[in-house]
Amino acid sequence: MTTTSDTAAETARTGQDPDLAAHLLRLGDDALVLGQRLCQWITRAPTIEEDLALSNIALDLVGHARTLYTRAGGLDGTGRTEDDYAFARADREFTNALVTELPNGDFAVTVARQLVYTHYAVLYYRALADGPDPDLAGFGARAATEVAFHRRHADDWTRRLGLGTPESARRMQAGLDRVWPYTAELFEEDDLVSRLAAAGTVPGPASVRPSWEREVGEVVAGAGLTVPAPRWQARGGRDGLHLEEFGVLVAELQSVRRQFPGGTW
Amino acid sequence: MSSTPTGTEREGAPASWEVFLRPRRGLSHQHMGSVRADDADMALGRARDLYVRRGDPLSLWVVRSDAVHAVSPAERDPYFGNARHKPYRYPEQYAPLTGPDERGSDGDHDQ
Amino acid sequence: MSTPGTSAVAAPQHAARQDGPPAPQDALPAHFDALIAAGETIEPRDWMPDGYRRMLLRQIAQHAHSEIIGMQPEGAWLTRAPSLHRKSVLIAKVQDEAGHGLYLYSSAETLGVDRAELLDALHRGQQRFAATFNHPALTWADTGAIAWLTDGAAVINQAPLCRTSYGPYARAMRRVCQEEAFHVRQGYDLMRALCEGTPEQKRMAQDAVDRWWLPAVALMFGPPDTEAGGADARTAALGAAVSRRAIAWGIKRHTNDELRARFVDSVVPQAERLGLTLPDPAIRWNEERGHYDFTPVDWETYRDALGDDTHWARQRIAHRRAAHEDGAWVREASAAYAAREDADGRTEEPA
Repeated sequence: MTTTSDTAAETARTGQDPDLAAHLLRLGDDALVLGQRLCQWITRAPTIEEDLALSNIALDLVGHARTLYTRAGGLDGTGRTEDDYAFARADREFTNALVTELPNGDFAVTVARQLVYTHYAVLYYRALADGPDPDLAGFGARAATEVAFHRRHADDWTRRLGLGTPESARRMQAGLDRVWPYTAELFEEDDLVSRLAAAGTVPGPASVRPSWEREVGEVVAGAGLTVPAPRWQARGGRDGLHLEEFGVLVAELQSVRRQFPGGTW
Repeated sequence: MSSTPTGTEREGAPASWEVFLRPRRGLSHQHMGSVRADDADMALGRARDLYVRRGDPLSLWVVRSDAVHAVSPAERDPYFGNARHKPYRYPEQYAPLTGPDERGSDGDHDQ
Repeated sequence: MSTPGTSAVAAPQHAARQDGPPAPQDALPAHFDALIAAGETIEPRDWMPDGYRRMLLRQIAQHAHSEIIGMQPEGAWLTRAPSLHRKSVLIAKVQDEAGHGLYLYSSAETLGVDRAELLDALHRGQQRFAATFNHPALTWADTGAIAWLTDGAAVINQAPLCRTSYGPYARAMRRVCQEEAFHVRQGYDLMRALCEGTPEQKRMAQDAVDRWWLPAVALMFGPPDTEAGGADARTAALGAAVSRRAIAWGIKRHTNDELRARFVDSVVPQAERLGLTLPDPAIRWNEERGHYDFTPVDWETYRDALGDDTHWARQRIAHRRAAHEDGAWVREASAAYAAREDADGRTEEPA
């Protein structure tokens, strides 16, 4: 077990920090996997305008993944590229939170998933922006701004569906019920995150949970809906233990790349 | 002060909104086109997605199309005819300030 | 400044019959003809002949539908793009297509139809979209071939439309063309990466070109409208009559065959640079004409692609209709929410 001071000294000496790399991979995987799910909406959204809105969000998320993967490649000593992480890892090596890989469901499930992720991501990225690492802080500030627009989209739709018709209110509540058990994992602090937080390298995600609960609570209540209180809370994504559907998502993501070994793109 | 949809719109179709963008400093807001949206927040979001996929503009407005009052083409003459046939409103109708020598070359265009 | 369509408010239905300059009835056509002759644009509230309005509406609607349906073959590859850079580029491109569809629907609305009616007509198969998209995108290279060839053809077809006589359409097209140029380049760039890659990648690129060349060269420009372009005398005469009408009204500026030839001239050298073979053995530089010769388009070949009951024609519409129907409850909810907000009398503060 590495101690905090050992890690800091190691980082200072080599510019490498496997813990931080692993943490950034988790954030990158969140962004890529959610982006991949949103790509599945395009040409299938309720309006052409929503095709445009969801693809805009997906585009930003893929951009976040690229930045995070590139940085991780410099920190874990492997020098891997963004594409190495996205296309050359096995399913079990992805460490996204399960909420990001939940199948799209109907539009309400997607809105609920967007609601919980975007509020978390804006808060966490803003906290990153205050951190000691200038590159990471710059990324956090930029990403928080972008996700704030996605958050607006999610808030607006939660309200519209919650207050729209009886059918949309029922579906929106069902969407919230569907995603809520998967939200706790976003704030989970295992040994890895605890070490990083203790060293002050990154904020612990648990630190943004009270704000998150207040914010989403307000949006959900404002939409005339109820914040679910699930007894069961999912975990496992951070350890590479995914839903069964995840294998299909990764297979699709990597299929072309794997069909053409040694290809250049 | 939103009014009911105009006669051309189908029951339940989202309202039309006019979109204005200030593309950069020093320019006024410019009419970009329109979007359809049920409410102002949605109109702003859609206007952003549709008209700001490139560039780095400063500001964005949306205005419900049915809030725009326009001069009817039938009234074009009463409204705009007044501006025609008043050559004395244009500076080139007058002796240039540069002196009589140059007058011949640039004083011919009044008609 | 390009401004795609103005809203319904600028074009009340049948505005043309109510409004227009105060002049005796027979002066209206003369005024319209004078504007066309002077190269001025026709604007939504001007008087226009019914035939002009119908031709425009058909063309703009078909164009808008093509953008929306055209999202499908490429959209199917968004989740499989082989690098994160290519994924970003493809998302941006498919997004542009949605945007182009919206610009065009918006300009069609200035002619007094509602977008919902246009979508209904598409879903019911009453209005067409480019039959090019009644072909499947089978490999990743197809996304490159579509962008390079199909969008390349579209750019050539559409460039003159930036000066088309109907103002809202011309303004929409100026914006579309600006953005479309990026699509062609990214398609070429994608194909170049494949051609410089492994032999398997290059084979995939050639296969895609083999399948997308003729759909682009034939279907993106419409049927031959000259005998030289491959039409028999009767078809050529018919096509020429339609083109003549469209050209006289300033809607079109060139025959289908002229634009087709221009496309072939532009693509042949690009294919040579890529090391790809265009699947037409007749392609040869004609010194005398200063153009490339190519096999005249045999429209009969496309009977299948053009039919409404083939797998892909049905599939494209079914996909579109499913999205629309699955989203009905969302659109209803959104409208109900807006009605409630209006009833509550909430007013928005301008920024």
